[in-house]
Amino acid sequence: MITFEDVTKRYRDGTVAVDGLSLEASTGAITVFVGPSGCGKTTSLRMINRMIDATSGRITLDGQDVREIDPPTLRRGIGYVIQQAGLFPHRKIVDNVATVPYLLGWSKKKARSRAMELLELVGLDPALAGRFPFQLSGGQQQRVGVARALAADPPVLLMDEPFSAVDPIVRASLQDELLRLQLELRKTIVFVTHDIDEAVKLGDTVAVMRVGGRLAQMAGPATLLTEPADDFVREFLGRDRGIRRLSFISAKEMRLSPSPSDLVIDEDGRALGWRTADGLAAYGTFNPETDSLRVALDAALLSPNGTAVAVDEEGRVRGVAGRDSIDKLLGEYAPPATGPAPGGSGGGSSSGAGDSEGAPA
Amino acid sequence: MTDEPLVRWDWIARNWANGGPTAISALLENHIVMAFLPVLFGLVVALPLGLACVRWRWLYQPTAALMNVTYSLPSLVLFSIFLSVTGLTRSTVVIPLTFFALAVLIPAVVDGLASVPDPVRQSAVAMGFRPARRLLRVELPVAVPVVLAGLRVATVSSISLVSVGALIGQGGLGNLFIDGWQRQFYTPIVVGIALIVLLAVLADGLLVLAQRLLTPWSRARRTA
Repeated sequence: MITFEDVTKRYRDGTVAVDGLSLEASTGAITVFVGPSGCGKTTSLRMINRMIDATSGRITLDGQDVREIDPPTLRRGIGYVIQQAGLFPHRKIVDNVATVPYLLGWSKKKARSRAMELLELVGLDPALAGRFPFQLSGGQQQRVGVARALAADPPVLLMDEPFSAVDPIVRASLQDELLRLQLELRKTIVFVTHDIDEAVKLGDTVAVMRVGGRLAQMAGPATLLTEPADDFVREFLGRDRGIRRLSFISAKEMRLSPSPSDLVIDEDGRALGWRTADGLAAYGTFNPETDSLRVALDAALLSPNGTAVAVDEEGRVRGVAGRDSIDKLLGEYAPPATGPAPGGSGGGSSSGAGDSEGAPA
Repeated sequence: MTDEPLVRWDWIARNWANGGPTAISALLENHIVMAFLPVLFGLVVALPLGLACVRWRWLYQPTAALMNVTYSLPSLVLFSIFLSVTGLTRSTVVIPLTFFALAVLIPAVVDGLASVPDPVRQSAVAMGFRPARRLLRVELPVAVPVVLAGLRVATVSSISLVSVGALIGQGGLGNLFIDGWQRQFYTPIVVGIALIVLLAVLADGLLVLAQRLLTPWSRARRTA
């Protein structure tokens, strides 16, 4: 566990980057620091591995004050991933990944074989091991950056806007990859981003910071979306909070009806489309075991009759969920009536979202 | 004089290796030594001085200013200043040329270290490198392409400047120019120019080759 106790960073010119920050980043969880530029999120991150020292207050790592540890020793025990990957251009990929093992004095053979394991873990072709960083794409470099941070198996990982320099598609796949890795590795991760969607997607806990280095709100992503603490957080979260929150509700409890006769199904049990006067119409599917209520609602909106098709992982139809089932589940997860005033996104074109958000008011 | 050919090959053949100090081969050897020593000394001095300029930023401006003033002095002036100290020896040429090399190499070292991308330096810190090891294993290797580019400029200009030393009798191939002018005889002049250009091209090519071998990782970037 990483603990900030009333941590302040004041520069000599009087600028306060971080102001009385107190928070805990739980062991084995992803804690995201998010906020606009100038909110002190990166400064806060760098105070953990002492690339910046706090002016006052205390940061502890599993109970030990980081200032009692020699910085290079401290840093070798904390993985660090930086925005531009920051790979060493003059070293081959395998040696980049083996950087910390080398620093820790591992033999070259052991360090390299560990590096090869990690390349595989982050989903990179081992054939890339002998290349130089400039020969890799931005997304590949970023994966190498993650592999390098994990090389000496540190319990803590600091990630400073690691995916913000790659294009949206690559970013999404890197985010998914991180979540997959985290299921396996259970590291204590502190992740900095200015992208609230990224924060909400990745964070077990999200700390929203405001300019001047103060904590505005710290909560789980679903809570954050339903109960923003104040106008700043509400505004920072942006539009469509109601519908985004549905990503955190499992569709597992959805009541399914048997598939109606106008859903055409082939002999393998896969849907072909809805029968209409003009032929087959498109349909949307969701997997109740793994997907969220948001996916189910989306699937319903993609079908002409507003009915989502539930499938298993093989794609075989298990039943359908009409608007009534979706509505019922939405009702069960309606935000508490004691929450703050509605966010005022009623003018949105997505009627389903507006209804669900407006309901409890 | 009027029917004199531009190059008299028989003169070259007779004077290539006549055993004396004015043989072309002897002058060439002299030229090589006097051109490369300043670059070597320059590099040995520029590395620590450049590092110091990076470590203590305030040092860089005065150092650069001093070096630029030196560079702006005609080489002949510097030769005559050192003439009174070191006399008619090679040192009178080598020492001023070392200053010229420094004027190129110190900025090259400073710029080279400045060329290390910030994320690279930061991630080295974050990985747990201590300062000395970071310098030797990350910053200096990454600075090599820029330092080598400076080294190429210093080497070529040093090769060309040595010939001015001929005015004090220590000019390597430059002595051929004096000889040619005094006798209104073109062949030595042409031979001197050709050998100096050849030497410069050869030295530059070797440095490019060294760069290819030392920094295979920088080939994608523009070759300096």
